[in-house]
Amino acid sequence: MSDFAQTLITAIAIGSLYALIALGYTMVYGILKFINFAHSDIVVLGAWGSYSLSVRVLPALGYGLKEVPPVWVAMTILLLAMIFCGAIGFTIERLAYRPLRRAPRLNVLITAIGVSLLLQNVGQLSFVFGASPQDMPPLLSDRALATFSFGEGESARQLVIGMVDVVIFATATSLMLIMQYLVFHTKLGVAMRAVSFNTDTAALMGIPVDRVVSFTFVLGSMLAAAAGFLIVMKYPSISQPAHTIWVLLGLKAFVAAVIGGIGNVRGAVLGGFVIAFVEQFGAFYVSSNYRDVYVFTLLILILLVKPSGLLGSTLREKV
Amino acid sequence: MIFLNREFLQRTGIVAMLITGLSLTISGCQNGGGDEILIGHYGSLTGSQATFGISTDNGIKMAIEDLNAAGGINGRKVKLVTYDDKGEAREASTAVTRLVTKDGVVAVIGEVASGLSLAAAPICQESGVPMISPSSTNPKVTKVGDMIFRVCFIDPFQGKVCAKFAREHESLKASKAAIVTDQGSPYSVGLEEEFEKSFVALGGTVVSKQTYQAGDQDYSAQLTSIRAAEPDVIFVPGYYTEVASMILQARKLGMTQPFVGADGWDSAKLGEIAGDAINGCFYSNHYSQEDPSPKIQDFIAKYKAKHNETPDALAALGHDSAMILFDAMKKAGTLEGAAIAAELVKTKDFDGITGKISIDAERNAVKPAVILEMKNGVPKYVATIQPGE
Repeated sequence: MSDFAQTLITAIAIGSLYALIALGYTMVYGILKFINFAHSDIVVLGAWGSYSLSVRVLPALGYGLKEVPPVWVAMTILLLAMIFCGAIGFTIERLAYRPLRRAPRLNVLITAIGVSLLLQNVGQLSFVFGASPQDMPPLLSDRALATFSFGEGESARQLVIGMVDVVIFATATSLMLIMQYLVFHTKLGVAMRAVSFNTDTAALMGIPVDRVVSFTFVLGSMLAAAAGFLIVMKYPSISQPAHTIWVLLGLKAFVAAVIGGIGNVRGAVLGGFVIAFVEQFGAFYVSSNYRDVYVFTLLILILLVKPSGLLGSTLREKV
Repeated sequence: MIFLNREFLQRTGIVAMLITGLSLTISGCQNGGGDEILIGHYGSLTGSQATFGISTDNGIKMAIEDLNAAGGINGRKVKLVTYDDKGEAREASTAVTRLVTKDGVVAVIGEVASGLSLAAAPICQESGVPMISPSSTNPKVTKVGDMIFRVCFIDPFQGKVCAKFAREHESLKASKAAIVTDQGSPYSVGLEEEFEKSFVALGGTVVSKQTYQAGDQDYSAQLTSIRAAEPDVIFVPGYYTEVASMILQARKLGMTQPFVGADGWDSAKLGEIAGDAINGCFYSNHYSQEDPSPKIQDFIAKYKAKHNETPDALAALGHDSAMILFDAMKKAGTLEGAAIAAELVKTKDFDGITGKISIDAERNAVKPAVILEMKNGVPKYVATIQPGE
């Protein structure tokens, strides 16, 4: 029982991270119909940006790198990382993707791969982030918020609800709620949805398409930055910017977007949690050898049974 | 004649100069061009095993300085060429190809990780350049061919040492063990097999076997499974970055069992990352910094003066591999790969930092292992286990 609950807690925390990243993939796909391969590198920038900020800001404020600063410091760093990545997302779209707005989709896709390689390799330069893993100073105390004991004697086991897991879930949920509000209850959201339905018609109706696309990139990048920040909160040992772990993370989030129905905002969130559950429970009950296999098998199954994804619309475009 | 204007001539002139300059630099590096003998080293100077490569490189450089100060090899000084392989197999092959073909090194030292040594060894073997791995313990490494050597013990021995220690030492006396393996690493998989075999032979049971992949960040699924199996000890034959994160996460899950590991744990980073969580965990290693022998303490003092940190076993093994290589080169009297290899295999009772080193017919070193315990972030000596025990 406690083991089940423990796995559930991990799955929820990891699911929140996948969902945050998947949102970026799905929004860009919804609007521009292309897969932004550089998205996982924005997560890396978020993670490393948080690290670089922390190691500079903390000593400047008079806190040691081993002690936990007040909560506002963590919140400020999260906010700064989001702004930083939002700006990077804006720049990438402006410089790399906008000139190709009318080019064939394949060109944009290849450009995205190029941007991804550029970010990875620039990130590895010694004056940027360097090519060695680093340890994130603790911004949150990692104490257990609650500990429940099950059973007695030899087989007594604990269920630990960690502070970091709760923070991840709470931050991700509030960001997703803000997203939900933005997309479905604001004028800008209406414009975004209009552009995703039909760019040309939206433009004819007076919607500033370029601005809407920029905004989408900024929004997606900010969510990715938040995911990067939360990842280093949970796993303080940060892998170097070009490590395959980041690629795999991005790939899984992309799979989450596809499983939920790419282009569908709620689908991305659902997909993120579904993937995390399959991965964590599969690893716990079956075998940890095949953690990634479960995720990609699920993808194949979904593509066979419901190619448009769990929440994807089956509406076909008219020619 | 558009092409013959002044600008064009200037540009071609600059390009030509650059090319000449570049080729001069390249030929300047080549062996035989100067008086120096070139030795190659490939290691992970960056990446998640960075301390392995850096320590080894420091150790080799110390050996070279001593050698050159004492007159070099038959009057010729030795120079080291080091390339970073970032801890990736692909990069290791590239680095070694470059060392062998472009720099024309006489011999190659490297790698620490068995997977990387295995990736590069065939290149050395085919080119007839002797390669000495300072610390790859997987048996397959030297089986690549007669040009591949090592100066450390091998995993069938190390796995046995860990199993024996976990099962019989009074501080553990474990009867139930769980094992977590890095499934992509030949080092980790090899050790896991040897540990399990010995642990079961000694009357213990393995209650849970889990795997992870290098670079993984979350181990909660594996650890929760292990927690449910209630082992007395958890054996993790991995590398320090992942091991440290794993132990931190285990302690957060309320698991109090001691972890046992092998020489892949040996890095100052282990204690730095894991902090107090790692106290009371054990690992097998090639030498102990607490060994009072003057030779070892002298080495430690010199290393500390230079790099401001206590040398780990990888630095000591890097130093020993270079010393053994120089010894063989002196005896061979030539820079032929085959002649050096023939001398290397004759190495007997070489007095190194990591003990008396003899190289057997399989080109492996036969040496004792030590067990260290982590206390307040530093490894402390617990026991020495001889080969054959």
